[in-house]
Amino acid sequence: MSPLIQLGTPEAREHPITPYIRMDRMPHIWCPTCGIGTVLKCYGTALGRSKLDLDKVSVVSGIGCTGRVAGYVKMDSFHSTHGRALPFATGLKLGRPELNVTVFSGDGDLIGIGGNHFIHAARRNMDLLVILVNNFIYGMTGGQNAPTTPLTARSSTMPLGNFERPFNLPHLAVTCGATYVARWTSMHTAQMTRTFTEALKRKGFRFIEVIAPCSTLYARLNKLGTGLDLMTYYRDNFEIRNKADTRELDLDFQSKIICGKFVDEERPTFLEAMEAHYRDALGDQYVPMPPEGGMLHGQD
Amino acid sequence: MRAHYLEASGVRPVPADPRGVLAGTHYLDGDFACGEGAMAAGCRFVAGYPITPSTEIVERIGRRFPFVGGIFIQMEDELASMAAVVGGSWTGTKCMTVTSGPGFSLMMENIGLAAMMETPVVVVDVQRAGPSTGLPTMVGQGDMMQARWGSHGDYGVIALSPRSPQEAFDLTIDAFNLAELYRVPVLMMMDECVGHMTEKVVIPPADQIEIVPRRLTKQSPAEYLPYRADESLVPEMIRAGDGYRFHTTGLTHDERGYPTMTVEAQQVLVRRLVDKIQKNAHKIIRVEEDQTAGADVVVVSYGITSRVAQLGVEMARERGARVGTLRLVVCWPFPEARIRELARVVKAFVVPEINFGQMSLEVERCAAGRAITTGVPHAGGGVHDPEEICRAILEAAR
Ligand SMILES: Cc1ncc(C[n+]2csc(CCOP(=O)(O)OP(=O)(O)O)c2C)c(N)n1
Ligand code: SF4
Ligand SMILES: [Mg+2]
Repeated sequence: MSPLIQLGTPEAREHPITPYIRMDRMPHIWCPTCGIGTVLKCYGTALGRSKLDLDKVSVVSGIGCTGRVAGYVKMDSFHSTHGRALPFATGLKLGRPELNVTVFSGDGDLIGIGGNHFIHAARRNMDLLVILVNNFIYGMTGGQNAPTTPLTARSSTMPLGNFERPFNLPHLAVTCGATYVARWTSMHTAQMTRTFTEALKRKGFRFIEVIAPCSTLYARLNKLGTGLDLMTYYRDNFEIRNKADTRELDLDFQSKIICGKFVDEERPTFLEAMEAHYRDALGDQYVPMPPEGGMLHGQD
Repeated sequence: MRAHYLEASGVRPVPADPRGVLAGTHYLDGDFACGEGAMAAGCRFVAGYPITPSTEIVERIGRRFPFVGGIFIQMEDELASMAAVVGGSWTGTKCMTVTSGPGFSLMMENIGLAAMMETPVVVVDVQRAGPSTGLPTMVGQGDMMQARWGSHGDYGVIALSPRSPQEAFDLTIDAFNLAELYRVPVLMMMDECVGHMTEKVVIPPADQIEIVPRRLTKQSPAEYLPYRADESLVPEMIRAGDGYRFHTTGLTHDERGYPTMTVEAQQVLVRRLVDKIQKNAHKIIRVEEDQTAGADVVVVSYGITSRVAQLGVEMARERGARVGTLRLVVCWPFPEARIRELARVVKAFVVPEINFGQMSLEVERCAAGRAITTGVPHAGGGVHDPEEICRAILEAAR
């Protein structure tokens, strides 16, 4: 009998994040050694630690490998269109302000096709936790160049290496107005979980970049070895620099990866600013949207 | 009297929330009237991006929402506006976005998402003359086919076309009700003339306005399946934050809402998305007919063109033509059966519209050669000369 089967009763073998995952959808579609699953695991653990009422947590994704996260979390979850997770989530938040909304999506989705929404959601300090899995590539569609592909790295559409300068995402987020900004790699499970737990309880536009190079396409195109080799690489090449100057967070091909929490500050969120403004201008005449939303009741 | 579509639905409506109802007699343009209609219908979330000639709608709403408990947000573009109202609608809050041609084009992908997720939303398109930037401040009716087919793939939608500010108010309420009844995006196909024309608008008191509230399931989370429909073909809905822990996706999905990449799942789902409008079309369709009995020619029109056509019809009658009118209040679904019926007895249909032939193609299709269909095209930027419509009628009557 294999050692796995001897582990005990099914209950004893239940994975700790089972309560947060749609087990009826397993197995998932991600490749073996892909980092996205690890990020989801950390998010599930963070949800457990946060003690949030999960009935009030919603997850929104766009389209892509990372975008499949919405399909696996056991909460109200929305798999929207490519690039539009942020405005979709904005509507969800404003339609029922008591919801705690997480946007979980890829670099191409949130920064490529959805870049305009990203800068505006950050500018408005919209109350959203944004988890971006940066795999340096368009994974779902087969490894095309992304606005995050490091200079000289190969992609299927830049087979001789990328010559477009990529975004420095934490810096982009901060410049646009994000109030909580962090970066980890998929190796940093403990730190990532702690950051998620903290960020789930913060307000405003919270942006967490998780570096997890696509272990199938990016790694193969760039001869970076297996998923294990990628992990070894992170272990040997990261540096934690909390509060780092975000201008210094560019990622070059196989360069050192600077991780940590760079920004954690408070600024009125969109809803707070709006309510304060109207209360100021209109006094008692102002009727705010109720926390449970603007649904018309009364049929029953 | 209760509207036909409400009667046919069997759903018991509720009175409007008085906060949103500006009861009284007003002098309003069609855009403002549409905004008032939305607020009376219970709309409490609007996302939009400015574009002539629709902007007055969101300006009206933006000014009034703080007193009504609603939120207006000016998004960064129409892609965002449309996505935001689809997301917003999943909270149970009634949602609307407002635009004109160029923005309507940008909304198409997420209109498809709304159709696929079966999300009730209202999209107002105050049509201007296209293509492209066209004549931004001047009238057109060139988005009628885009309303029906604009997003990729097959799905059913509902589209309405008001002819006056009063109807802009009334039909906006109907649009919200139909969106709730059939869980589809409902498209208010206004035009610049109706949007900018000012007339008397009577807003009844809240207790005389009939509203279809969000029809939430009474099943427990354990027994409920988000995309299981009964004979009505419209599944019961839930909303985010109520403990159902549901999933919804733009991917082809099964009754649980889970992605299912099979030919069979596609057949079941898309068939139902199309059928729920097609098989209920008789409950949704609304036309206004005048003197069609015994007519040789029937003029089919909608929106502002129906008012201009009326003049042409009267001129033709003075010259002895036996001519009736059929106005499309609901443009999609199209009144196929009625046009087929009329085609057996009339000589011809005359279809003036401010485009080079869109709804006239539907008339022609349904007439199926039994009666002639004559389009009266107009490139946009103005309305028809009634004399031209009269000539087309006389020609067709010969
Ligand atoms: C409007 C539109 N354009 C293109 C696509 C095709 N597409 C699907 S996923 C994807 C890229 C996803 O990249 P990313 O967001 O980085 O996600 P990853 O798969 O890498 O996690 C693209 C281009 C689409 N679905 N919709
Ligand atoms: S293709 Fe790449 S990003 Fe997508 S699941 Fe596989 S390893 Fe992960
Ligand atoms: Mg990617």
